[in-house]
Amino acid sequence: MSDARRLLLAGGIVLAVWGMGYGLWYAVFAEHQALEAIGSSLAAGFRGAAGRNPVLAGRALQQYQQAKYVYDRHVDVHGHWIGLAMVLIVLGIGLDRLAFSERIKTLLSIGAVLGSVLFPLGVLLQTLNHGNGPRALAVFGSALVVLALAVLALGFARKPSNSKESRHK
Amino acid sequence: MSSSRKASTPESDMLSERSLAFAPLSARRLLLLGGIGLILIGMIFGDIFAVFILHQNAARVGASLSNAAHAALAGDGASVVKNFQEVGSFLENRGTKVDTHVHMIAFGYLALMLALVAPWMALSPNTKKWLAWLFLCGAGLLPLCVFLIHYVGLAHSPLKAIGWASIFADLGGLFVIVAVAGYLTGLVRHFLSGERAAVPDDLLADSSVPGRLLLAGGVFLVFLGFLHGSYYAAVDLYRHEALDFSILTRISDGASSQNAAAVESGLAAYGELQGDKAVKIAAHAHIIEFGLLSMLLAFFQPYVNLREIWKRRWAIVLLVGSVLLPVCVLLELKFGLVAGGLADLGGLLVIVALLAMWIGVLRYTGRLDGGGAM
Repeated sequence: MSDARRLLLAGGIVLAVWGMGYGLWYAVFAEHQALEAIGSSLAAGFRGAAGRNPVLAGRALQQYQQAKYVYDRHVDVHGHWIGLAMVLIVLGIGLDRLAFSERIKTLLSIGAVLGSVLFPLGVLLQTLNHGNGPRALAVFGSALVVLALAVLALGFARKPSNSKESRHK
Repeated sequence: MSSSRKASTPESDMLSERSLAFAPLSARRLLLLGGIGLILIGMIFGDIFAVFILHQNAARVGASLSNAAHAALAGDGASVVKNFQEVGSFLENRGTKVDTHVHMIAFGYLALMLALVAPWMALSPNTKKWLAWLFLCGAGLLPLCVFLIHYVGLAHSPLKAIGWASIFADLGGLFVIVAVAGYLTGLVRHFLSGERAAVPDDLLADSSVPGRLLLAGGVFLVFLGFLHGSYYAAVDLYRHEALDFSILTRISDGASSQNAAAVESGLAAYGELQGDKAVKIAAHAHIIEFGLLSMLLAFFQPYVNLREIWKRRWAIVLLVGSVLLPVCVLLELKFGLVAGGLADLGGLLVIVALLAMWIGVLRYTGRLDGGGAM
């Protein structure tokens, strides 16, 4: 098995297990509380408005905004890690069909795996730090994934020199 | 030996290899046919859900939120709470339908992936077969029971907060976890084995035109989906989050100051914002999912027993549908029902192409089991 294929398959499986483990932890220990915070703060905002108390309503809506910001990112991170892991595994399985040299395959695999780890990680770090660092990390990771996918699509579209046509006519 | 016999020997070796890997009730056959079946049912359910339930449910959620805002405007705190409870109930109904659709399709994808890597699992054929049955039982049970959660509720349940439907859904999830853990163990055993031999699997070596179309097209669809996702994150995500807060604040302030016009305009803007968010996220998710489906189906083209020209046609139909649905979903806010209808047509094209490939695989199994020429 080539290094590139091993990297994609092992990276994909580890990332899938990590993404599922993260999702399980989040579902058991944090999601219920997050949903409760979103629902109750939104309702409190409208109750504050009904009680003609705009200060209370404003505070509750700010709590809603913060809780939703964090919740949306946690769910996105979970979904993207697992989704990207599946793409990595399938790419690894089909890597022999890629009409590129081993060196380019290895570079593409490194880019795809690195991007698949860093992009959701950058999104996750935004829940801790609202500065530009985590955002830059997410942009860098997603750029790596997009670039690797574009080159891979070209490589799979090219006919490999040792190809054989299907016999099921 | 004649030259024709010499030429046919590698071909007959390959067929007997395929016949072994795809034997009746083997793990690969069960997972492939079951996986495509799950995806088909999940997609048909998704189409029915989109046409008959999704929009009506969204309208009810919007109406309850509007009622809550009007209750706040009238200073009726109790009615605010009641309307938010209704929103919760509608969202639960919607959530279970979405979960049914998503889980069935995701389990189908997982089944196809497991079918692909089945030859690399260091497990006996019997163990692989039983794990495949366990996986398929769990993959059917979980979405079915998630669908029933809203209707069964807590009836006759031995527990205070969890109903029978949830209990059986969890049991289905457990079946899937056990089966996947078993397969992973087989994979790890294979890769850790010191004297492992190369696994012969001509599915991976095949590079027919339909296979290449689906693989390259699938990767291109995933690429497009990521490009669109990056654009959404850069241009829309933070704007949507800021708008969500500012519109809700406008409604709340309007209700506090008894400004009915501000409440009404806020509600209209909030509805538009939710629609804009929904179509962009749905387009992003669907194009990537269709891309992954196309990539997975590319590997199984040697098992699709249809004429070459039809295999190419169905591959093209699947790719066209995979582009049409997300693009038309994006255009729904501008062009309304016309775009919605075209999006449904895109979904239908994907379903029909997938069904054709599934029938092709069934034909292949029939010929293989009957010992006929391929």
